[in-house]
Amino acid sequence: MTAAALGTAPVAVAERSRHRFPWALSTTTVLVVGGLLVPLSFLVFEATQVGWRQIWSILDQATVASLLWNTIRLAVAVTILCAVIGTGAAWLTERTALPGRRAWAVLLVLPLVIPDFVVAWSWSSIFPSVHGYFGAVLVMTLGLYPLVYLPMAAAFRSADPGQEEAARGLGLSRIAVWLRISVRQARSTLLGSSLLVCLALLAEYGAFENLRYQTFTTAIFTELEIGFATAAACALSLVLVGLSILALLGEAVFREHGRLQRSGPQVARGARRHRLGRATPLALLAAALLAGLGLGFPVAIVAYWMVQGGASTLPATVSVAGAAGYSALYSGVGALIATVLALPVTLLAARRPARWTAALERSTFVVQALPGLVIALALVYFVERYMTFVYQSPELLVVAYSMMFFPLAIVAVRSSVARAPEALEEIGRSLGAGPMMVRLRVTLPLVAPGLAAAFCLVFLSGVTELTATLLLVPNNVQTLATQFWSFTENVSYGAAAPYAATMIAMSIVPGYLLSRWFDRRTIHAAPVGTAVGGPS
Amino acid sequence: MRNVKTGWRRGCLLLGTGVLLAVGITACGSSGGSNTLVLYNGQHTETTDALVSAFEHKTGIEVSVRTNDEDVLADQIVQEGANSPADLIFTENSPALEYLQGKNLLAPVDASTLSMVSSKDNSPDGDWVGVSARVSVLVYNTTMLRPSQLPTSVLALAQPQWKGELAIAPSETDFQPIVSAVAKAYGEQAALKWLEGIKTNGLSHEYADNETITSSVNSGQAEIGIINQYYWYRLRAESGSAAMHSAIAFFTPRDPGYVEDISGAAILKSTHHLRQAQEFLAFIVSKQGQEIIAQADSFEYPLFPGVAAADGQPPLASLQPYPITVAELGDGSFPVSLMTKVGLVT
Repeated sequence: MTAAALGTAPVAVAERSRHRFPWALSTTTVLVVGGLLVPLSFLVFEATQVGWRQIWSILDQATVASLLWNTIRLAVAVTILCAVIGTGAAWLTERTALPGRRAWAVLLVLPLVIPDFVVAWSWSSIFPSVHGYFGAVLVMTLGLYPLVYLPMAAAFRSADPGQEEAARGLGLSRIAVWLRISVRQARSTLLGSSLLVCLALLAEYGAFENLRYQTFTTAIFTELEIGFATAAACALSLVLVGLSILALLGEAVFREHGRLQRSGPQVARGARRHRLGRATPLALLAAALLAGLGLGFPVAIVAYWMVQGGASTLPATVSVAGAAGYSALYSGVGALIATVLALPVTLLAARRPARWTAALERSTFVVQALPGLVIALALVYFVERYMTFVYQSPELLVVAYSMMFFPLAIVAVRSSVARAPEALEEIGRSLGAGPMMVRLRVTLPLVAPGLAAAFCLVFLSGVTELTATLLLVPNNVQTLATQFWSFTENVSYGAAAPYAATMIAMSIVPGYLLSRWFDRRTIHAAPVGTAVGGPS
Repeated sequence: MRNVKTGWRRGCLLLGTGVLLAVGITACGSSGGSNTLVLYNGQHTETTDALVSAFEHKTGIEVSVRTNDEDVLADQIVQEGANSPADLIFTENSPALEYLQGKNLLAPVDASTLSMVSSKDNSPDGDWVGVSARVSVLVYNTTMLRPSQLPTSVLALAQPQWKGELAIAPSETDFQPIVSAVAKAYGEQAALKWLEGIKTNGLSHEYADNETITSSVNSGQAEIGIINQYYWYRLRAESGSAAMHSAIAFFTPRDPGYVEDISGAAILKSTHHLRQAQEFLAFIVSKQGQEIIAQADSFEYPLFPGVAAADGQPPLASLQPYPITVAELGDGSFPVSLMTKVGLVT
């Protein structure tokens, strides 16, 4: 196919197929959106059944106030720290002549593949004094800063150096240029990624349980434990969902629709890297410290406990290999479903730009406001009542994974779909291929990288998922995450470590592929930024 | 064109097969044959796994196990009601079973099974059978405390000298029988006052479970704690005698801190496998089942006369616990209400 062919596509054929209503795409999309809305609808329905007055009275004010205080002071501190650290690190690796920046770029992203509950355990198993607020801030900052680092690095890389050069030319100091141009250019990315940090914090359970820090998720788990109490758990879940929605709204309000375009022609021109000069050792030290604490420390502790070994009287329900098999199977199928279903949703929105298609696509992001625990909880109650035959089944866990991480799949697939020009499809049609054929032979190869990225993202998130898995894991089964968890609860650290190591090993390959994929992307000013799943 | 079309069809077929295969494999991951017993397990898996595999081996009946805290499972059963997939429940302590009994969710246990166990260790109504016993003791760090410094009564643990030194796990169901015993011995007001002291003293070492109490006392983070005896034996089995810097000590005979708890099992009324479920209960209280408990790494006391506990523990018959019946321990709601009053649990 040559570019010359573009101009000669017979318009009539393309027009005809363009005007046919995309029934298949629309039906699939509506079904997907309907499915994604089940958990939230069920929560609201449940609350209505119980009665809002009753729900309100369940929410003991002192408890809710203390949970809010705990959640907000943590969210503020961690978000600011992640924003500062992530932005600084991204600047160092992308815009300065930091020695070994290629290696740093990988090392600084990799903490993403270590689940936060493993990071928390690695600290608390060695330093029991790391707990409470201080412990939570430390652990969550180290676990979540890559959520800022990754998109910010991409933003710095793709930013137009022209504006900085102009500002320098106008006599602004380096620091002023950095603050007023570089960071401002990337502000919507920074805001979007800070939102991701916030949402990941609100959804986290394992790390806080381990660090004995009370938040809404730990409180919801406690409610489940005292009474499998639907009403109370739903009430707390609604508050948690409310907080997530607030975070989403806050980001939407503050997001500026500023100019992100390049000033010149649409040709990427890399920025000149700043020489660090005498600051080089300092910068190296900072990068080493961050990589050491975020990646080196937890990995070293996992290795330490593996070497220590130590028998556990607690029998493993499944072996490491067995648990790895279950983790791979459930995450793999979940990732497959999410990826396959994300394609029609994004295709519809991209090929039929209309208010209703955009609204459908956007509405899939509703699940972003629902922490995994809440989705799992709603699904458990829902199927227990209306679909008993899937209760405690592996299918339900797989569905939960594909729901929870659907927005990640959408983000990854969308960026590829946007890069698959419709003109190429039209050429395919003009050459006599049917619409399905075109999808298969033209569109699919074009969006394949996005599909692969979506699969990796969901798979990675599934393997490192704990909270929802604890609720949904089928009888007689343990995943890597849940078996690790039961060993750590049993204080059998030596027995737990191999499960953590396997989890990290399994997610490192997709994690690395993703960081490479991100390297090649520029940033979309999408409502949720460029999401990378923090393990919840 | 034809080629292209078959290509598309083949693609669809491949994708379809892939998805079906994936779903199929997932389905295989669940063990939910219609002849499989589902056991909700609140007991330690050390005990349950050994029992289940011996039972499967002997009878050919498969058992699918779901493990969680006993109170969670009991409440889950209440919530699931007639739809519960569970056929059996096995708990560490009697209150969870009494709670289900009170909700009228348990089926009567065969008389022949009940007769294997002393009637004081069974459900007063014959709805669950006692399986093993455990006893609450002090665990203390041997480098920080000498035996002569130990309190002889659980009441003393509320005194200011233990502030910051006491490890507790109030949300663990194992703690409830001690609260019930203190309330029975000294009255509700005294029990509340005692709980206030325990709360103050244990504030800096409040843990989620007995395993953490034991290991933190052993490592010297806390000086002293209350646990059920077998947690200490398990830690010793895991880390070896050389790593033990702690010991256990009994309270004075018949002190309310010295409580014998009964672990038991029951069949749910909603079961569709009543016969097989009865077989399971009969097996775990049989001599063979009880010997498995005695040899398992759980270090609990078997209830079968003549089967001794592992690791040279003093015989069950030689213990002198506080006299409190299974009925008096109740369904756990009373001790929880006391702990809620002082804010020890929410």
